[in-house]
Amino acid sequence: MNLLEIKNLKAKIGDKEILHGIDLTINRGEVHAIMGPNGSGKSTLSYVLSGRDGYEVTDGEILLDGESVLDMEADERARAGMFLAFQYPVELPGVGGMSFLRAAVNARLREKGEDEVDQLAFVKMVRAKAKALGVDDEMLKRAVNVGFSGGEKKRYEILQMALLEPTMAVLDETDSGLDVDALRIVSEGVNALRGEARGMLVITHYQRLLSHIVPDYVHILAGGRIIKSGDKDLALEVENNGYAGLIDAA
Amino acid sequence: MGATEETIAAVEEATGQYKYGFVTDVETEKAPKGLNEDIIRFISAKKNEPEWMLEWRLKAYAKWLTMESPDWAKLDIPEIDYQDIYYYAAPKSAEGPKSLDEVDPELLATYEKLGIPLNEQKMLAGVAVDAVFDSVSVATTFREELAKSGVIFCPISEAVHSHPELVKKYIGSVVPVADNYFSALNSAVFTDGSFVYIPKGVRCPMELSTYFRINEKNTGQFERTLIIAEDASYVSYLEGCTAPQRDENQLHAAVVELVAMEDAEIKYSTVQNWYPGDADGKGGIYNFVTKRGACRGDRSKIAWTQVETGSAVTWKYPSCILQGKDSVGEFYSVAVTNGAQQADTGTKMIHLGEGSRSTIISKGISAGKSNNTYRGLVQVMPKAENARNFTQCDSLLVGDKCGAHTVPYIVSRNPSGKIEHEATTSRISEDQMFYCRQRGLDEEETVSLIVNGFCREVMKELPMEFAVEAQKLIGISLEGSVG
Ligand SMILES: Nc1ncnc2c1ncn2[C@@H]1O[C@H](COP(=O)(O)OP(=O)(O)OP(=O)(O)O)[C@@H](O)[C@H]1O
Ligand SMILES: [Mg+2]
Repeated sequence: MNLLEIKNLKAKIGDKEILHGIDLTINRGEVHAIMGPNGSGKSTLSYVLSGRDGYEVTDGEILLDGESVLDMEADERARAGMFLAFQYPVELPGVGGMSFLRAAVNARLREKGEDEVDQLAFVKMVRAKAKALGVDDEMLKRAVNVGFSGGEKKRYEILQMALLEPTMAVLDETDSGLDVDALRIVSEGVNALRGEARGMLVITHYQRLLSHIVPDYVHILAGGRIIKSGDKDLALEVENNGYAGLIDAA
Repeated sequence: MGATEETIAAVEEATGQYKYGFVTDVETEKAPKGLNEDIIRFISAKKNEPEWMLEWRLKAYAKWLTMESPDWAKLDIPEIDYQDIYYYAAPKSAEGPKSLDEVDPELLATYEKLGIPLNEQKMLAGVAVDAVFDSVSVATTFREELAKSGVIFCPISEAVHSHPELVKKYIGSVVPVADNYFSALNSAVFTDGSFVYIPKGVRCPMELSTYFRINEKNTGQFERTLIIAEDASYVSYLEGCTAPQRDENQLHAAVVELVAMEDAEIKYSTVQNWYPGDADGKGGIYNFVTKRGACRGDRSKIAWTQVETGSAVTWKYPSCILQGKDSVGEFYSVAVTNGAQQADTGTKMIHLGEGSRSTIISKGISAGKSNNTYRGLVQVMPKAENARNFTQCDSLLVGDKCGAHTVPYIVSRNPSGKIEHEATTSRISEDQMFYCRQRGLDEEETVSLIVNGFCREVMKELPMEFAVEAQKLIGISLEGSVG
């Protein structure tokens, strides 16, 4: 069965239709990349997939593991395995990192009917995974995303992905704000999570990220439509020639 | 799940979200309804009081008759009929002083259900409890243990007999009888509460706590607490309060007086969870409380920490009179209002002593269609050279039908004083909500997480044994506030 199936998806914000009919299928083990000009609807697609309020699906279907998620709230979808690494992670003043991460992991475990994590074991696990992603112990003690630099926020998103082990992960411009070394470390972290357990949808503007996280498929989103799909070479083409030619051809 | 938790769960199911809403079925002795001199004589006689105490009450009553209910708070309260209240209600079984094994099992079971086992073996280690049920104290634990270090911890009705010189000297010395309408009323009809005396140089070896329970219908509770900390002593005291769920409003008018001598420190914490009424504002406790501490000695310190989640109406301003040189007053407050609750709460810091310092951290959370007001006075008197105050007042709104208000009064009569005031109002943003929900937390969990984050600065001031409970309580109080 397909992991994620998006069929003729149309969505609007307020009265404005942003997605004009998207078709995309992702299987377990696959990494898909989406590229596209600013304002083409990439983040909108990520929000519609994860069920954000205010984003109304007017037509089409989203199936996760064959089940429609359209009637599910954002938190239900998350517990069903949908994960979004935010383009702009949100600050939660006063909310301690460890308690936040644990609440999230426990919510997922409860859904699966498993026992909640033991506090000590959890702290150990978080530290280990944080270390691999270059997230400081000190950062784990701070309030979620508060006072984090742009790059730190992005690493923290991937740390959450590593802890939550989603089946379908959407990464929205995870590379923006990362320095060269951080890009490599975070990409390694993402690659370590690649595998049959999950599918990934990586949104980016830059080929640079895709040379680290090599995608199986690349799609070009423009004006709320996928105008072209191809393999990793399509990203190179965009890098060299920009979108204009592709959009004209579509 | 332990037996206690099981009962609580059962009770919770039966009563909805307020899990302390059950009623204990005990035979009760009550004074006739209403208020007059005879009722006061009745109360005084019940407590077998000496003549001076009765006279003090009667004077207070005469004063009260000349006073008017305050109307300056941002509270909308229907007129209270003071003749329609019982001023004295006591379980029959509670007559006369009792040792723990003599306490009515029905009452022990009540406290057990509330999560306060009075059996010393089962209790939280290091916490002594005075349990006040309607108008009487039914048990006080660990008294002998405390007596070893010279600490007196007993019902105030008993202290009137056992330590009359102390009671006489200090009662009304911090909160004068005529301070306000409710302090005058309390002085006339107070029934029970705790008395604490910490001798010179003694660090109280345990947390002391009083647990107030209103059980009877149409009964007011008028507690009176007096804590005296002699030179270089230390005590940490905590009070908790709950009441059954009823459609009628009930009155709670307390007076608490603290006295800290030279180098003494009193830490007074409150977890107030009186029945708040239903979502439409039916029922609930009217909570009119006068709490004040006097930092009489140099370098003395009084810290008030309060977590206010209950009551239909809260009118409460725990204050510090900073008389001593370099004395310190602190006020840490979390006030949560949901449904139709109204809270007007804050503090007064009166700087009289040179170098006196005060800190005010207030966190107000409003949800539902509730109203939450911070009202605070910082007053620097002419002789208070170099006094300092820092105030931080934060409001968090959950939903868009509630209100948050901040009313600071600052009076500085000495130019060397330094007063800082910061205030913020925020909402749980849609971004924050979505971020948390995307991580699998449902709406209520998200609100509870963000609110607890918002209150963290205050919660960390609570004694550790109670912080976790208080945190859960805040979560429960906000149930149903979203969606
Ligand atoms: N809340 C909103 N109300 C109205 N229009 C919106 C809203 N959010 C986004 N849009 C519009 O939807 C379109 C798609 O925006 P989206 O954020 O999905 O683009 P994007 O492809 O992620 O762009 P970028 O590369 O800059 O991140 C844009 O025209 C944007 O202005
Ligand atoms: Mg975007």
